[in-house]
Amino acid sequence: MSLLNNAPGTGSIGVLQNKLKRKESLTDTAFLLTITISLFIAIYALSIVFLGDKGFSKIQMFFNLFNENAALIVIACGLSIVMVTGSIDISVGGSTALICTSCIVCLNNYGFNFFSSLILALAIGLAFGAVQGFLIAYLEIQPFIVTLAGMFLGRGLVALIEVNQIQVNNPGFEMLSGARILIPFLGDINRKGVFIQSKLEYGVIVALIIVCLMFWLLRKSSLGRSFYAVGGNPQSALMLGINVKRTKFYAHLLCGLLAGIGGFLYLFHTRSGSVQQATGLEMDAIAASIIGGTLLTGGVGNIFGTLFGVLTSGTVLLIVTAIGSQDPWWPQITRAAMLCFFIVLQSIICSRKKI
Amino acid sequence: MSRSSNNSNTDSLALVLKALIRHRLFIPIAFLVFLLLINVFINPGFLRITLGRDSGGNPVLIGNLINILSNATELVILAIGMTLVTASSRGQDISVGATVAIAGGVIMRILCGNETQPTVLHAPIILALLLGCLAGMACGAFNGILVSKFKIQPMVATLILFTAGRSIGSMAMGGLKPKAAAAFGYYGNFIPGFPVPTPILITIAVVAVTFLVLKKTNLGLYTKAVGINDKSSSLNGLNPALIKFLTFVILGLCVGIAGFVQSSRVQTVNPYTIVPGIEMDVILAVALGGNSLGGGRFNMAGSIIGGYTIQTLTSMLTTLNVNTNAVPVFKAAIIIILVVIQSPIVKSFFGNKVTISKPTVGDGKERG
Repeated sequence: MSLLNNAPGTGSIGVLQNKLKRKESLTDTAFLLTITISLFIAIYALSIVFLGDKGFSKIQMFFNLFNENAALIVIACGLSIVMVTGSIDISVGGSTALICTSCIVCLNNYGFNFFSSLILALAIGLAFGAVQGFLIAYLEIQPFIVTLAGMFLGRGLVALIEVNQIQVNNPGFEMLSGARILIPFLGDINRKGVFIQSKLEYGVIVALIIVCLMFWLLRKSSLGRSFYAVGGNPQSALMLGINVKRTKFYAHLLCGLLAGIGGFLYLFHTRSGSVQQATGLEMDAIAASIIGGTLLTGGVGNIFGTLFGVLTSGTVLLIVTAIGSQDPWWPQITRAAMLCFFIVLQSIICSRKKI
Repeated sequence: MSRSSNNSNTDSLALVLKALIRHRLFIPIAFLVFLLLINVFINPGFLRITLGRDSGGNPVLIGNLINILSNATELVILAIGMTLVTASSRGQDISVGATVAIAGGVIMRILCGNETQPTVLHAPIILALLLGCLAGMACGAFNGILVSKFKIQPMVATLILFTAGRSIGSMAMGGLKPKAAAAFGYYGNFIPGFPVPTPILITIAVVAVTFLVLKKTNLGLYTKAVGINDKSSSLNGLNPALIKFLTFVILGLCVGIAGFVQSSRVQTVNPYTIVPGIEMDVILAVALGGNSLGGGRFNMAGSIIGGYTIQTLTSMLTTLNVNTNAVPVFKAAIIIILVVIQSPIVKSFFGNKVTISKPTVGDGKERG
């Protein structure tokens, strides 16, 4: 927490607020996005300066940030979309665990290959999204209750399928998931003086493509604009002729689809599955969206902000590990503290705007 | 003549039946009776209670019902607090499991210090109980401030401690897994010489105090008023923020007591696995008790019966050899069915005149 308070990124809020007064054209979204990006750059620059010897000066470290968080980026995109619509989904961790375990069981025992397991993952994600979306949009049940049930349902189903931790045992899948992209001209020199090219996983490419697609969807498509309208004010969206219920349903369906893709990327990266897998993933995704400037109240958000939110929280976790505390509880507490800080910050910004 | 009296008899019977079905406690009690009947069907000796002797030769009551009553203690105590939080803030606290871990961690640290197998207790048990409750109330106050002062949705605000709580509990214990001396075990098991499990007595005490407070103070009334419409309650001179904060602190106190009972059961605490999934059970108990999860009016007796119903369900699933990790599947299904039944849309779709003509209460939100 102290790290965040001292970071210049947070200090720049005051400056930005002055800027906001001078230049009215800076919208909510752009304002929060600027905070996020400057925060990420500041934190990463600081960690290079002060923790360079712990690996932060290596270029591979930067790419690892993407390699580790590809699944989270996709899932956080989905969460940003439902949060823009004014809803929420905390079942993504549970559905990720379910996707991993069921795909592994099918890959190992039922002769599934890469593509059929991908379809299975998407089907599970879509099923979660469709059922939850129907209950939330058409039956108007609180999203938190529905998706809390979804979270426990996902994890419970994992236990029904397989109680123990399992690994992928499928040569084709392992070969694909082991593949890396070598980045030309970039790399680090190791202790022996040998140049090692930086590596990027294919999942990162998928994640970045999805970020761009979702950015386009939210910016340019009519569905994306109606997400914002419904989240900003459902009543006036209704008066504009938007089908509010269907829009909410689509938001959850899209979140489910992205959770399916994200869950598959998670499996692609970890190649294992267990009941306790991806615990707290929903928290990370919500935190990333909030750090990225998506308002919990709905109507405000930006997918690129979410991307930087994931990178920021990933960097902070790397810093916590690099500082080398042996106690296992710090990463989780840091995550929660970060979430708390940004939620409170948002609440303060929102209440000031109303006055 | 006889025919008409017969008719009026069936009419009055139908009326009584209708009134019974409409009664607030009908769903929880009917579900509880249904579960008990299934249990009796599976195991004919289910309801038998015998007086046995434990390893120390002390008289103890043995039986499935006693186990359910005893094991439901944490659930029932938490459901009491959760009912108030639900009513006042129109949301639920999903951090109760994690904060029980914090309270349990604090209690173990105070009783055991830095030793892993202390032969004596390091502090009086009452001090541990007080500090455990204080830790729980501090967590409740944290959640309460986020909800009442910063106007954050309760479930998002409590998501913070939901994530961090178990780690904080582990930190409070210093990463150790100590086992307290046997004297601490009286509160989760039996006091030597007294055959009724102590948790049942603790539940009775907590329930009695709750009903006394609800009867003698305005807490219940104010909570309902804030939950139904916090704008109009504030126009009537109430302080909605304070009431919401208070309900979270009360839930924190319940968490402290639950943590005390839970850590006393085996005299040790594993913060990462203590009371797994209890947040779901507690919310389910509140919903099953006939309370709307959207806040407003509440029914404390319903929540308490709901708590016992959930415990009966859990123990039934365990008897049927369902894996502990798979139990949430059934509970998730039940909670979905319950909220679907509760939802106004479904009610008006299937419902009769009564449900439609029921005045809808504004939620006090500003509509632009």
